[in-house]
Amino acid sequence: MKEAKIITRDLTLHYGQKMALNSISMQIPEKEVTAFIGPSGCGKSTFLRSLNRMNDLIPSVKITGEILIDGLNIYQKKIDVVNLRKKIGMVFQKSNPFAKSIFENVAYGPRINGINNLKILTEIVERSLKNAAIWDEVKDRMHDSALGLSGGQQQRLCIARTLAVEPEIILMDEPASALDPISTGKIEELIFELKKSYTIVIVTHNMQQAARVSDYTAFFYLGELIEFGKTRKIFTAPDVKHTEEYITGRFG
Amino acid sequence: MNSNQATPGLSFTAESLRKKFRFSEFFAEKLITSVAFLSIALIILIFFFVFRESLPAFKHRPKATTEQQKITDGNKPESYGSSGTEAGSPKPETHYGTGASAGENKPETYTGSEPAAANKPESYGLVKDTSISADEVNQDESLRPSSGQESEGTLSSLFSNEWFPVSDNPRYGLIPLFVGTLKVTLIAMLFAAPIAIFAALFSSSFAPAWLREWIKPAIELLAGFPSVVIGFFALMVMATFLQNLFGYETRLNSFVGGIAMALAAIPVIFTITEDALTAIPASYKEASLALGASKWQTAVFVTLPAATPGIFAAVLLGVGRVFGETMIALMATGNAALSGLNPFESVRTLAATIGAEMAEVVFGDMHYGVLFLIGSMLFIFNFSINAVAEFYVKGKLVKKIQGK
Repeated sequence: MKEAKIITRDLTLHYGQKMALNSISMQIPEKEVTAFIGPSGCGKSTFLRSLNRMNDLIPSVKITGEILIDGLNIYQKKIDVVNLRKKIGMVFQKSNPFAKSIFENVAYGPRINGINNLKILTEIVERSLKNAAIWDEVKDRMHDSALGLSGGQQQRLCIARTLAVEPEIILMDEPASALDPISTGKIEELIFELKKSYTIVIVTHNMQQAARVSDYTAFFYLGELIEFGKTRKIFTAPDVKHTEEYITGRFG
Repeated sequence: MNSNQATPGLSFTAESLRKKFRFSEFFAEKLITSVAFLSIALIILIFFFVFRESLPAFKHRPKATTEQQKITDGNKPESYGSSGTEAGSPKPETHYGTGASAGENKPETYTGSEPAAANKPESYGLVKDTSISADEVNQDESLRPSSGQESEGTLSSLFSNEWFPVSDNPRYGLIPLFVGTLKVTLIAMLFAAPIAIFAALFSSSFAPAWLREWIKPAIELLAGFPSVVIGFFALMVMATFLQNLFGYETRLNSFVGGIAMALAAIPVIFTITEDALTAIPASYKEASLALGASKWQTAVFVTLPAATPGIFAAVLLGVGRVFGETMIALMATGNAALSGLNPFESVRTLAATIGAEMAEVVFGDMHYGVLFLIGSMLFIFNFSINAVAEFYVKGKLVKKIQGK
């Protein structure tokens, strides 16, 4: 196992009175793809969203325990959430490009970081789009609306937009669940490329996808981390019977 | 095998699936349809009524001028000589000359601007005026053919700079009324639009949930605030306060009126803007926040632009509200038909003119017609504003912004 990028210790999360995560402790390795699987409502998305503190937006959320990234507890009071999120990109289930041009979508992140030089912006946009494997499809219509792209293209644009901010970690919340198999394939290839430079955490409902793209897999159930380990092991010889039952489709 | 007819258990029979006439549904549907059409028809009828009533303005004018010129020729030749040509305020005698300059109060009574102030001499003037016009009506029918020339002159008096509907030589220049209305509208929108939009932005993007639950209904309640109360407040409190603050000369002016109307327009703009902002999907905001944008950056660079069509519509509705606002204009703008651009001058708006003068005009008179003409114009203007808000926003602007 490579060095751990993200370490969580006894992370417990409540929505009001309801416990959504129960004492999760795990180590997410650097520059690998870690997949979270589990039935709906098991807490995997909630866990993902605590990694970049998106749950802060929900007033009723209470979190205990700690999340260390590179050894730093991101739930300390001194941490600036805005700067934290610049280091941790996020791709959502439903592609959500802004109602702006393709160029402006990707340039948005650098712009809010104060980069206004058009030449630098153009370079960043081009590089990000290339890294997100969408450059060839959009290079001739950079100033058309992003909403005119297909669903798969929009999702890759969102990934490019995330890359433009140069994060170290990319969180993906079911990035391909709304896409057709061809677009899904492209996203998966892309994830495979991206893990060379980024630590990737992906939530997925699609067992085959987890098996295809991830190096490590965590199985969540009812807010608890049931099993975490190498994907190959989880999918071939899980330690816990529960995991095996879920993966083979006997419940969930 | 082919027992499709006889089998009792078979549910797909022509009999069981025969079309049925459901009377109650038919009736309800027709009723709803007719009510809907009735409401549309009512609006159209109102417009036609208002517009039809304004026709006397076009019919009566020629005769009115002729008559008055005849009568007046005997008395005061000079003052009337100037009427056809124009603004020449110096030439006419006392009242007209002074009427053009803002300061004088005495002549103002002749313009009929201050109903409350109607002095004794004035009322005489009014009576005389109306009796004349009544005569004219009769004579007019016969005179009509010969008066073609003069009708041009009277028509152009609509475009003149003077609104003296009840003087001996009435002039119905709509320009000062238009200028006044636009001035007040502009001032009101300069105040109302930013305040309402930022309030809506605060409420939708920054306020904690509990505060938002208070702000929104509170401001929406203001929308139902009687405008006469706002006007009263402006007249008694704001006017004095603002005069002390800025030290301008006329106490009631377009500035005071504009601010008072902004109070009336803010809830309208706020409500619709707030709805437009809240309707922006949370996924947009999340996308921006996840990129490391602050709340503030997200609100200004993502939420606000995405809600532009709705905000545009909100502002246009606010314009419509202010444009047609009568009571506040009547109470707080000073009601002097001046066409200068100084915001601290009194103005008279289109709506306030109707409000102030409708009770005093003679039925079927030219003045009466002109007031209805103003009414039709207000109607057309508000109609177009709303039409623009509706169609431009739904069509072009949305496309432009989303680039579809």
